[in-house]
Amino acid sequence: MRSEAIYIIMGMALVTYFTRIGALVLFRFTGVPTWLNRWLKYVPVAILTALIVPSLLLPQGYLDISLQNHYLIAGIAAAIVAYKSRNIIATLGIGMSIMFILNVL
Amino acid sequence: MQLSNLLSGKNELAEEVWIALRECTPVVLGVVPFGITCGIMGLTAQMSGLETILMSIFVFAGAAQFIGITMLGAGITGWGIIILTTLLVNLRHLIMGSSLAPYMTKLPFSLQAFLAFFLTDEAYALTISRIYKAKYSMLYQLTVSTTLYLVWVLATVAGVVLGSYISDPLTWGLDFAMPATFLVLLIPLLVDRKSLIVFGMAAVVSVLAAIYLPGKWYIIIACLIASLMGGLLEGGSNHA
Repeated sequence: MRSEAIYIIMGMALVTYFTRIGALVLFRFTGVPTWLNRWLKYVPVAILTALIVPSLLLPQGYLDISLQNHYLIAGIAAAIVAYKSRNIIATLGIGMSIMFILNVL
Repeated sequence: MQLSNLLSGKNELAEEVWIALRECTPVVLGVVPFGITCGIMGLTAQMSGLETILMSIFVFAGAAQFIGITMLGAGITGWGIIILTTLLVNLRHLIMGSSLAPYMTKLPFSLQAFLAFFLTDEAYALTISRIYKAKYSMLYQLTVSTTLYLVWVLATVAGVVLGSYISDPLTWGLDFAMPATFLVLLIPLLVDRKSLIVFGMAAVVSVLAAIYLPGKWYIIIACLIASLMGGLLEGGSNHA
């Protein structure tokens, strides 16, 4: 087992725990400041988008908007399934099937 | 008399645990494929099975683990960027924590500290809906939290076991599991114009930053700019 991986896991555990206990300690009497609340509200949308879009548009590290980009095609299909079904199993199943078929062809 | 009080007291507690188990079942079933994916992704990213399972045991945060694993797999071993990203991804727990604070701060601090470890999106959603339907119940939160935790860890173990039976996960398109998983989390959030603007902003900034900046800084930069813009839009509409 790599020691660097263990340090990273422990660091992730510490900061995650901080975000979970932090509010109980910091804001137990005052509540979250309004400006911070507004900012935090859109963090999930922003960070999920920043993870998904480049992984579909730049799967090899360069911009690839073409039919040869299997990630983009499977990603568009998965987005449609996710929108229609809101179902993780359906989205993963259809998205990864398309990915598999494109890789085999 | 004392005995019957004791019995009815026990029944109430058992009833609360039963309600908690019943209500968390669909959510728990939804967590299983994420946990399995997490285990498989760990192997895809060249992490050992033990490292992947330890991450689920100690971190217990789906999105943050997927990101951490993806970064480790991309060869990023600098702890700073991974931990900073984990912090940003999990900042939303501050809102959930402050929302539960009025109820939880009445508990002994050691119990608060224990329950806080398990504060996931799912546990928060279930606990807050129980508060709206009935009242805050420590036992309900404890039951839901520990059930989700056990299932998450066991599903990760299952993913690690399944993953080692697949010779080349990439051929099966398993590395596509991450963006597909995030899509299911993201799309229900895009409910209004402001969320769509934040989405568009994050998409443009992250792609530009991914082209022109090294490493994975595009994640943090896009997150900071787009969420700040969302916050400003929110502020603007409040004043209007």
